[in-house]
Amino acid sequence: MHATADTAPTSRAPAPHPAGTDGGPQPIVVFRTVKKSFGDVHVLRELNFEVAPAEKVAIIGPSGSGKTTILRVLMTLERPDSGEVIVAGEHLYHKRVGDRLVKADERHLRMVRQNIGMVFQHFNLFPHMKVIRNVTEAPIHVLGLSKDEANDRAKGLLDMVGLGDKLDAYPAQLSGGQKQRVAIARALAMRPKVMLFDEVTSALDPELVGEVLGIIRTLADEGEMAMLIVTHEMGFARDVADRVVFFDRGQVAEEGPPERIFSEPQNPRTQEFLRAVLAH
Amino acid sequence: MFDFITFSWDGEFALRILPQLLRATLITIQATVVGFALAMVIGLVFALLRRGPRVTAWPAGFVVEFLRSTPLLVQLYVLFFLLPAYGVRLDAFTTGVIGLGLHYGAYLSEVYRAGIASVDTGQWEAATSLNFGRLHVWRTIILPQAMPPMVPAFGNYFIVMFKETPLLSAITVTELMQTAKIIGARSFNYVEPYTLVGLIFLALSYPSALLVNRLEARFARNR
Amino acid sequence: MGFDLVPILLRGLDITVRLTLTSAAVALVIAMIAGLGRLSPLRPVRFLAGLYVEVFRGTSVLVQMFWFFFALPLFGVTLSPFVAGVTALSLNIGAYGAEIVRGSILSVPKGQLEASVALNMTPALRMRRVILPQALVLMMPPFGNLLIELLKATALVSLITIPDITFRGVTLQQTTGRTTEIFLWLLVLYFAIAYPMTLGVRWIERRASAFRKA
Ligand SMILES: Nc1ncnc2c1ncn2[C@@H]1O[C@H](COP(=O)(O)OP(=O)(O)O)[C@@H](O)[C@H]1O
Ligand SMILES: [Mg+2]
Repeated sequence: MHATADTAPTSRAPAPHPAGTDGGPQPIVVFRTVKKSFGDVHVLRELNFEVAPAEKVAIIGPSGSGKTTILRVLMTLERPDSGEVIVAGEHLYHKRVGDRLVKADERHLRMVRQNIGMVFQHFNLFPHMKVIRNVTEAPIHVLGLSKDEANDRAKGLLDMVGLGDKLDAYPAQLSGGQKQRVAIARALAMRPKVMLFDEVTSALDPELVGEVLGIIRTLADEGEMAMLIVTHEMGFARDVADRVVFFDRGQVAEEGPPERIFSEPQNPRTQEFLRAVLAH
Repeated sequence: MFDFITFSWDGEFALRILPQLLRATLITIQATVVGFALAMVIGLVFALLRRGPRVTAWPAGFVVEFLRSTPLLVQLYVLFFLLPAYGVRLDAFTTGVIGLGLHYGAYLSEVYRAGIASVDTGQWEAATSLNFGRLHVWRTIILPQAMPPMVPAFGNYFIVMFKETPLLSAITVTELMQTAKIIGARSFNYVEPYTLVGLIFLALSYPSALLVNRLEARFARNR
Repeated sequence: MGFDLVPILLRGLDITVRLTLTSAAVALVIAMIAGLGRLSPLRPVRFLAGLYVEVFRGTSVLVQMFWFFFALPLFGVTLSPFVAGVTALSLNIGAYGAEIVRGSILSVPKGQLEASVALNMTPALRMRRVILPQALVLMMPPFGNLLIELLKATALVSLITIPDITFRGVTLQQTTGRTTEIFLWLLVLYFAIAYPMTLGVRWIERRASAFRKA
């Protein structure tokens, strides 16, 4: 891993609302016995998993273990085969009609999806729109903000990610790190309650990783938004997360506070994984 | 039943002319197969000439562009009316097949060019390092690797050419279209012959297109 | 070198160009509708669009043209030669265009659709603001090539008595017998229109691939 400031352990306040504890507030995300397979490959096997509001969860695990798939299921990019996914108290793939759950329609999906934002590994910026329009497009046409409101919001966010001078650039004119920072601003402009980050630095040149992680760290410190961060940057995970979830073969193999997971992992698979990753 | 419009599909008549049309279909298929074989050869020659020195590359490039930029119908007329004027007497079928071969040869030369370009330069270097003769390299190393990915493109052009063969009727080849015209003129009934011709084309070209799609998918997967 | 023939041929060329442009405009509309139709979530729409595309790609343009000109009147619908020509050409080219529309939409990277879902756009908004603008750029070079094919296909209208440039050439050949000059002029005039179009397509292709690197 990179011997940058990311590895410096800082003590963080405990999670504001640890998920799953009795008497805590309603979790913002719940996976209940969610199954998903691609052909013969069982990617998620009876996944149970909760996230508290404002909780920062780092998801680590070997490649192919299903980390991306969880985020994609939550973002409605992949439909689960069975089980329930609940976001902010609402079923994502089902809706309640009387006392029965029926398959959700596009309208219901969009209502629940409003709570979720996502930053992709390969940015997925819209190449035909300037930076500013990448960020204002959805707030104007989805949230119904006026042009001025959306512009103000976008400029504020682009300033925050250090790109206040790139409003009129096209994505092709930006470096990878800058693209990913625009992508973060674009997702934030929708003010989601849960933000998903899928290995957002793994397509970047090493020297550009820090600028992106720095922004995510700032967001984590601000605190209001729940964050699910799939990452291979162990130092960063340790530093930013309230809880670390080790994923293995489609299930949560071990989870706990970062200090414990990284210093005294219980599960032999976790130990093996961390040894392999930290050996670099 | 449909007497408020002059609906005039005569099933009996259609059935009566079908054997004649099917026999003409054989001529159409012959023209396609022979024309395509010719196009394969002409295309390869064009492609190789264009890879050669400037004295062959430039004229070959011009001829290819010219053939592709002018209508097949006009090219057929040129062959049909002009060749005899210069003492070359060929029957209409041969003239038509030459026209198809030249026109589609120009298109196929692009397919060859792309296929040859897709062979890794490392293959040339390896062949050179083993000191093979030039012809040997082409025959045993480059073309065998370049050809398989071209197969779907060839298949597509084969179908396109098949659907262009009705143009041969303009120079009196009695293929499918010409036969339908003759039947129509004789009986003053155009609906049945022309509809049947359309259906025969569809019945042959649609399954072929599906086959080519399958080939295409296979080659895409093996990439 | 037969310059006296040129004015007559040029009058035919005027019709050729008109036919090309009219058919191109109609074909473009048809291609968009059928191409989007083939991607519709509604099965019947997909089926109808697919049927249209396969029928018009699967039969030959000349057969279609003769059918519209000679066969349709027997069903009680008579089209003037020009209308029959435009109908056949635009339905035929529209079917190929529909495949270009469909292919271009499908080749917009999947991540673009996913990003627009993540931003909670409606399906219509995703198509209009994100997918189509990018697909249009991909469509332009193959549409250019199709326009050249259309120009060449207009020569077929001479067979249904529309006095386009080919028709005038053939008539002149029959009346004057100056075979070589007439056909040379025909080829040269077609080439003079089509070749600049080819160069234009290549230019667009280069521009489009520069855009795609974005
Ligand atoms: N669309 C798909 N089709 C087929 N297999 C897939 C698809 N998406 C993911 N997989 C498979 O599912 C498994 C888990 O994938 P993923 O969630 O991306 O893992 P991770 O992000 O942990 O590396 C892998 O074996 C992958 O090959
Ligand atoms: Mg992944």
